[in-house]
Amino acid sequence: MSAGLRKSRITWKMVSTEAKLLLIGIPVFLWTIIPIYHMVLFSISPRNAATSGRLWPKEPTLSNFSFVFQQKHFYLDHFWAQLGNSLVIALSVGALTLAVSTAAAFAISRLKVRGGRTVMNMALFTYFIPAAFLAVPMYKTMGNYGLLNSQWSLILAMVTIASPYCIWVLKQASDKLPWELDEAARMDGATAMQLFRLVYLPLMVPSLVAVGTYALLLAWNEYLYAFLLLSKDSSVTLAVALGNFLAADDSPWELLMTTGLIYALPPAAIYYAFKRYMVSGLTAGAVKS
Amino acid sequence: MSAVAIQAGDTPAARKSGGMTSWEKWGLILVIPYLLIFVVFVIYPVGYGLWLARHPESYTKLFADPIFFRTLVNTLIFVVVAVNVKMVVALFLSGFFLHTRWWIKALSLVFILPWAVPSIPTILSMRFMLNPEWGVINSAIFKLTGMDGPNWLNDPTLALSFSMLAHIWKSLPFWTLILLAGRMAIPGEQYEAASVDGASNWQKFCFITWPSMRSLFLTSTILSMIWTLGDFNSVYLLTGGGPADLTHVLATLGIRYLRLDQVDLSLASIVVALPLILPLVYFMMKRLSK
Repeated sequence: MSAGLRKSRITWKMVSTEAKLLLIGIPVFLWTIIPIYHMVLFSISPRNAATSGRLWPKEPTLSNFSFVFQQKHFYLDHFWAQLGNSLVIALSVGALTLAVSTAAAFAISRLKVRGGRTVMNMALFTYFIPAAFLAVPMYKTMGNYGLLNSQWSLILAMVTIASPYCIWVLKQASDKLPWELDEAARMDGATAMQLFRLVYLPLMVPSLVAVGTYALLLAWNEYLYAFLLLSKDSSVTLAVALGNFLAADDSPWELLMTTGLIYALPPAAIYYAFKRYMVSGLTAGAVKS
Repeated sequence: MSAVAIQAGDTPAARKSGGMTSWEKWGLILVIPYLLIFVVFVIYPVGYGLWLARHPESYTKLFADPIFFRTLVNTLIFVVVAVNVKMVVALFLSGFFLHTRWWIKALSLVFILPWAVPSIPTILSMRFMLNPEWGVINSAIFKLTGMDGPNWLNDPTLALSFSMLAHIWKSLPFWTLILLAGRMAIPGEQYEAASVDGASNWQKFCFITWPSMRSLFLTSTILSMIWTLGDFNSVYLLTGGGPADLTHVLATLGIRYLRLDQVDLSLASIVVALPLILPLVYFMMKRLSK
């Protein structure tokens, strides 16, 4: 009898715990998903049907996507070129940042280059100054260098912004590698570059994936620098093109949301694909308590 | 680790002329690309910017602009309110995501979406939701009550609040993840022992969770303040600084002046922001070099 009572009491407590968790979980789910679902709903709704208040369109359609892919609107004249620009710029920034920051981290952490600590501190300082406050001086500087409207200006600016954090994450990871490896390599008469190629790079692969992805996503997602530094419709990135939709009040929302969805998919896919590296490599590095 | 570091310089290696080993030479060669980038794209722009902002008249003109004062107030509200709300909610949710349920695991994958997708399309999506005539929110209000909803982004207070919400929406997952990692590092035995002693959940939080999370929470809050000060997108893409330039923050004000071709004011507004940012940056540098 008493055992039965006790059992039912535990079940009651479990039910109330589950209820409390659901009471948190459901609002969290709605809060997270509504702006994204709103975008998806627009992209699969026929023109002017998305605001009907339905949670699912009466006649879902992919015609918006074909509109975008065929560039059938004034705002979309350069869609493919802009998508290509975003891709080329993101890949260039990823590759350049990876090269520059791997070399610097190796020199600072393993070769103990003189002044390495100062370089690290300067880089960290750059990392902490918000990029938005460097945008105007960067814009004026690119003007002085004659690089404005060249995609190089955006690539170099993004490498500048991305590399400090990458150097820092790579240095943290590199400091953890056993020093005996370097000593053994030196004993065997290896050169610095042999150590770099044969020992350092293979061991650093997870961190390299993390920072390469970080730099690539940073460049793909960038809006402010892209719209300041580039202006020709055929040379801007997709991010700037999306912002340009706001110029008019009668913007074709369904096409903007469709283009936005297409633009948002690659980074989301990359994020989930490399989640393992991103979470361990970046969140651990972001805040060292 | 530093003991290991000291050995490095002493390792015998073939000395070359000039008192530099080939390893030291390579160290220099490998660090040069970054140094070049740093000098050309950080030192020069910062120096040039400061030089352009050297005239006292720029500052008198800036302080005389009523929008500037409004922007300062907005920035303070944004940083204090948005960051604190976000960090407290993140601390709370990190406890929620600690529970092991299949659906919470699934929810955590969805929850990270705002952080994983670029902010431009999602903020524009929110902007459309808030559109007074066709947006879903006012359409719903009209359907339910038969009345027109408010013109959300045309009221400076509401517009700034929605910018803060957009900012929180975007960055909440990241900070929840960070604080979750902090919570997971706390040994489970402490909680078990507390349960045996009959501690309530609140007592467990006060005496176990908070003391071990305090330092992480403080660092995260400071870093979040720096990043929030630099958040351009949440304001610019949602309100464009409007209505009537009343919702600008320091991150967007510089761009506004630049667009009006007032480069001196633009740079002056950035210089004025420095006393706000540099102490926070100094704090973070101290923390990280410990």
